[in-house]
Amino acid sequence: MNKIKTVITVLLLTSISLTSWSANLTREQIKGLDEQVQDIKKDVLAISAELQLLEEKLLYPSTSQVSLFVSIAKEGNYSPDAVQIKIDGKKVAYHIYSFKEVDALRRGGVQRIYTGNIQGGSHKLDVSVMGKKGGSKTQRKISYTLNKGVGPKLVEIDLGSGDSAIKIVDQ
Amino acid sequence: MICGFQRIVLLASVVLASTAFAKSNPSDTKDLYFNEGLYYAFQEQYFDAISKLDAELGQYYGLDEPELNSLHFYLNQAEFSIGDFELYYRMHNRAGRAIKSVIEGNVPDVIRNDAVYRLAKIYHQKQQPVNALHTVERIKGKVPEKIKYDIELLKAQIYISNGKFQDAITILSKIKSISEVNGYASYNLAIAYIGNNEVDKGIIQLDEAGQISSSNKYVLAIRDKANLVLGYKLMENKQPQRAKKYFDRIQLNGPFSNKALLGSGWASVADENPKQAIVPWTILSKRSVIDQSVQEVLLGLPFAYGKLEAYGRAAILYGNALETYSKELERLDNSIKSIREGKFLEAVVREESRKDKNWVINLRNLPDAPETHYLMTMLASNDFQESLKNYFDLDDLQKKISSWDGYLDSYSEVIAQRKQYYTPMFPPMQEKFRLLDSRMKLRLEQRNKISERLSKMLIAPRPDYLAKVNERITLNNIYAIEKKYTQGKRILPQSVKERIDRLKGVIQWNIETEYQARFTEADKNLRLLNEHVDRLNEKYRSFVRTRQSATQSYIGYDDQIRHLKNRIRFADEKIKLLLARQGHVLELMSIEELERRRKRIEELQIKARFSIAESYDRAVKKQQNIELEKSKKLLLKEEAKAKEVYKKELKNNKLENEQLKTKEDKEKSGAASKNNEGNK
Repeated sequence: MNKIKTVITVLLLTSISLTSWSANLTREQIKGLDEQVQDIKKDVLAISAELQLLEEKLLYPSTSQVSLFVSIAKEGNYSPDAVQIKIDGKKVAYHIYSFKEVDALRRGGVQRIYTGNIQGGSHKLDVSVMGKKGGSKTQRKISYTLNKGVGPKLVEIDLGSGDSAIKIVDQ
Repeated sequence: MICGFQRIVLLASVVLASTAFAKSNPSDTKDLYFNEGLYYAFQEQYFDAISKLDAELGQYYGLDEPELNSLHFYLNQAEFSIGDFELYYRMHNRAGRAIKSVIEGNVPDVIRNDAVYRLAKIYHQKQQPVNALHTVERIKGKVPEKIKYDIELLKAQIYISNGKFQDAITILSKIKSISEVNGYASYNLAIAYIGNNEVDKGIIQLDEAGQISSSNKYVLAIRDKANLVLGYKLMENKQPQRAKKYFDRIQLNGPFSNKALLGSGWASVADENPKQAIVPWTILSKRSVIDQSVQEVLLGLPFAYGKLEAYGRAAILYGNALETYSKELERLDNSIKSIREGKFLEAVVREESRKDKNWVINLRNLPDAPETHYLMTMLASNDFQESLKNYFDLDDLQKKISSWDGYLDSYSEVIAQRKQYYTPMFPPMQEKFRLLDSRMKLRLEQRNKISERLSKMLIAPRPDYLAKVNERITLNNIYAIEKKYTQGKRILPQSVKERIDRLKGVIQWNIETEYQARFTEADKNLRLLNEHVDRLNEKYRSFVRTRQSATQSYIGYDDQIRHLKNRIRFADEKIKLLLARQGHVLELMSIEELERRRKRIEELQIKARFSIAESYDRAVKKQQNIELEKSKKLLLKEEAKAKEVYKKELKNNKLENEQLKTKEDKEKSGAASKNNEGNK
């Protein structure tokens, strides 16, 4: 009994809270509700994943699908402000970056900036980027011919560290 | 506790894992979809990160040849990351399973121990000490360098929670001087000593923890906490003078400053030095009245003045306290009423409020929003925080799910339009295709036969197979002439026979001598034909694919969409129910907390009323005493005066008497001398 008392005193001294609620609200109820919330999260995540697959299959079949991804060099001080992308002269994507997004890109994340449909064959891809490198503004452009085959086309637009030319990695 | 640092460490583990987990990737190609998941995770959008990785993994496992997919090289990392993100998304039940699969998998110690550490931490935070203990004891082998002391600290905390104080003391003694866990380890060591009934050692350790120098605000907070605990411990042991020293060490603007100021005042009062309590209590009394220490000091301060016999000042301050308590009670009542009306939940889920990191403070300061006034105080409870986060998550899920139903309706519309467009087109196209398909098959069969024949001719030459058309016609004509004669039973004239033989000989000669050249030509032509056949096959496949994708664009979705719609509807209903229940729990918690506070203020109010009356009494009594004193003094003065007068009168009387006596004596002596003279 004394040991239990000691443990409770110690728990009170540590950061663990032992808030007691009234009979209307027991700890078991709170825990049970928390578990139900976790279960519903699991269900909704499963629906979301299936919905994504359905959307891709329905709207972007592999025969015509093209996806464009943007990445930058890790650990650099280059920070893109905005990116504009055209396919065959038609503007398909424009994005202004937030601080969080730039940080995520710098840490190795890759942004899917566009998913759409194009016919098989050659297409002209124009990328134009505005950004900052060590406080000074930079503006770079690149044109690239992408060849769409039978399968889905994945293109990585590597903005690098801001010094070199934009690199297009055609997968 | 060291949340920010650990978050960096944990997210860094993803990058670390990429090198440790990655199977050898010959082309060094990154998996763009996996990195897209990381992009969302790095922005703390864990739902999107998990959902994207789930979809990617689902596709990967559905492939016939998954080893050809770029995710193959990052598979372990992706599986691990899903578990990791689920932990951040507060899905420890599921994440626990995911992490368990990582633990039981064939992964390096560093990765496994990192996962075990996180799982144990979750159990510890969720107040499941036994599970935490079982988990933490599975940490074996090499541990990640960046969190090696955090692991030790967590182990010790779990031992403390399980009452294994000696084990905790052993660990904490070793790491208490390590800068990474400085403060936390010292404080926990003190707690472990106290738990182990080594109170003196615990006090010494708390004193040590209370003197740590650091610029880190979290370390400073734990230092203050050590001083506060020690201060109150000494107050309990009736050592107010020593206790005051520890209270005075605490920062004036830290999270424990209010309690410290209150404690410092009480220590002075207990030490019979109420004058010293005035300064800390005056500072405290000017702070936000929401804080319970401030509410209590409103009684403490006049109490100290009372001790200093400044009863009038005390009475005024008690009056102020009563006024403040009344206002606070009114505010609490409004808050409770507002919460009961559901306004609290409406306020906390406002989208714009949560975008600001100071949303709690902003909400608290909203005018005409009493429901959020005590939010900060309520957030101190772990249960309330968790419940509030759950409520936010459920609210986000509901917003997501309600938009999905609309997506599905749009998809159904797209499918219906496609069906309407393609359905009349298919039958004639299919008929045409059938004809072309049979022709194509025939030609391909012919080509295969030629190819087969040429292959055989490499082993057994057959020049006759390579005869030209005119040669075949000529030979056929010759055979027809010969047949004609044979059927008519006529004898072929010698000259004709010779000519026929010569002609046949010439043709045969040509066929035989040109065989190699003709074979080469035939082979060349076959190759050319193959190119055409390849193009034909490509067109054929392209047509089949287009037809298939056209068919797939509207056939086979009905069941899936219907099923998804049902799942969405079911999830939506469940979310609504859980949202209501979670909201109700939050409201109950808030109301209980506010009612608890209300009760406390009512108690303080009663005390204040008694004290105010007592102060007035004392003030009146003091006044009376002063007046009494004055009257006494006056009386004494009068008395002294009277005495003086009396003395003077007495003296005068005496003098008069003496004079009278002297006169009488003189008269007597005069009369005697006269008598003597007369007698003479």
